[in-house]
Amino acid sequence: MSAENTITSAPTTRSQAVALDEANAAIRRLRRRRQVVAYGVLIALAALFLFPIAFMIVGSFKADTSVIADSGSLRAFLPAPFVGLDNYTSAIERANFWISFRNSVIISGSIVIGGLIVNSLFGYALARMPFRGRTVLMVIVLALIIVPFETLAVPLLLIMAELRWTDTLHAQILPFLAQPLYIFLFYSFFLGIPKELEEAARIDGAGPATIFLRIAAPLAKPAYAAAGILMFLYSWGQYLWPLMVTRGIDARPLPLGVAEFLGQPPRHWGDIMAYATLMVIPLLVVFIIFQRQFVKGVATTGLKG
Amino acid sequence: MMTSAAGQRPSSNAGGRPRISRDTLTGWLFSAPAVILISAFIVLPFLLAFYFSLTNERLISPRPTEWVGLRNYERILFEDPRFWKALSNNVIFSLVVVPLQTGFALLLAILVNQKLKGMVVFRTIFFVPITVVMAAVAVIWIVLLNPQGLINALMSILTFGQFQPDWLADPAWALVAIMITSIWASVGFQMIILLAALQDVPETLYEAARLDGANNWQQFLHVTLPGIRNPLLFVLTITTILSFRLFDQVWIMPDRPGGPLDATRTLMVDIVDTGLNRGAVGLGSALSVIFLVIVLVVTLIQRRLIKQEGDV
Repeated sequence: MSAENTITSAPTTRSQAVALDEANAAIRRLRRRRQVVAYGVLIALAALFLFPIAFMIVGSFKADTSVIADSGSLRAFLPAPFVGLDNYTSAIERANFWISFRNSVIISGSIVIGGLIVNSLFGYALARMPFRGRTVLMVIVLALIIVPFETLAVPLLLIMAELRWTDTLHAQILPFLAQPLYIFLFYSFFLGIPKELEEAARIDGAGPATIFLRIAAPLAKPAYAAAGILMFLYSWGQYLWPLMVTRGIDARPLPLGVAEFLGQPPRHWGDIMAYATLMVIPLLVVFIIFQRQFVKGVATTGLKG
Repeated sequence: MMTSAAGQRPSSNAGGRPRISRDTLTGWLFSAPAVILISAFIVLPFLLAFYFSLTNERLISPRPTEWVGLRNYERILFEDPRFWKALSNNVIFSLVVVPLQTGFALLLAILVNQKLKGMVVFRTIFFVPITVVMAAVAVIWIVLLNPQGLINALMSILTFGQFQPDWLADPAWALVAIMITSIWASVGFQMIILLAALQDVPETLYEAARLDGANNWQQFLHVTLPGIRNPLLFVLTITTILSFRLFDQVWIMPDRPGGPLDATRTLMVDIVDTGLNRGAVGLGSALSVIFLVIVLVVTLIQRRLIKQEGDV
């Protein structure tokens, strides 16, 4: 790779050979210098992207007052005065962390599991089953992809109020199970899988449910991974809808807990950073484990503001 | 499937019918859960948004709902300066953030697309903020942007101490503070899409351009940009739409949502404020419909631009 641009034609005399060596060395030096510049820029940018996260984690181990006092200097990145897990214990207590954590896990877990089932079944039917009404449904799904949830929030809130579903977990789960974007994702994926295996199974007498469970769904693992990760990313961070549909702590997910700390001064910044860290860790772990699917999933759709 | 049915019962010409109805039955069985959920939680509220926008519906109301025609729209468009303030904040935010963030994302994508070692590591680092919950992003940046915070320490070095605003409390700078936060939080997403696009541009095009004596900048202008035209348009559109959905940061970061002095009030803050805090579902629905129209217009413009290229 590195030799592709060096001069390699056969030297005719000794002096020419020396000149060629020098020229090649110069080219190599230039390339090396450009590499150094490139890495320098990349490292500076990496610092820019990582420092707020480092700031949060370090802050979560510092005394409350030092978080702000040190926030303008490099001391912000020194966990001193070190308070151990004090911030964590106090944040967990103050914001009723475990209740919110349980709520977030139930909400996100249900949306991911339920959403994968419901959307993949529908996507599969649209891609593979020649049933009456399919075209109309397809058109509706495609049209609804464009409709942002924000447009539906206010009327949906009234529906929830009428049903007396405010302050419940299912009010935060049911509206996000069936989503046109994921239906379309599964539809396109199933279209791209060759039909032969499914047809062979059908000739052997397998019913549609068996064919879906035993053959089509296992082949669509990448689609399940991408959609599942996106559903988790989106539902774990949701703020708008829980803000509208919950009042007390009972059904409140994690992100709303930050309000608990920001409301009345003095603000305990060590606690806040500890709470933020706790909130971020589950997604970070999922990201580290499923990095490739994560990146691919985000590249194929479009989420997060 | 159809052929096997015909093979077994060649006599039943119209007899495809029971067969079709079984297909239709399984098709609908597979579709039913999603169709029911979509009807209840997307189609119904969608239609209700239009209906409520023409009434004085309230969240909790002792009085019966009345039909008010286009009165809600009149009130919003002609009598509500806060709506125009919110809309103009969204527009300013878009006009600054969309080109800046897309340009920055393209730069990052080009940097990590170099054939050097360790590029995956940098790609991952630039992507990490995507996984940070927006509420956490907001509280981190409240501290970073405080008058004595790191951002001002940096500003002080760059401007010799001339420029150190109280970002989130100063109406002149609050929206800028939100812009900085938002770009940090989501530029990695645009980078990933553009990186995929860059890798799809055939290397032979660059070789041909180099043979014609094109320098790096000329290669970028005449090979890279045309090669990633449609993904770039997609990124511009989706970033525009996302910037109109701006909510979490402006709700959490200033002392009061949308503050100070409505400097960071957005359409979404307006919608939540109207529909939830004031319980004015009719008015909030009208705002939602206006919001939808804006999103549709942006989407249609993008479709138009992409189609044009297909025609040429």
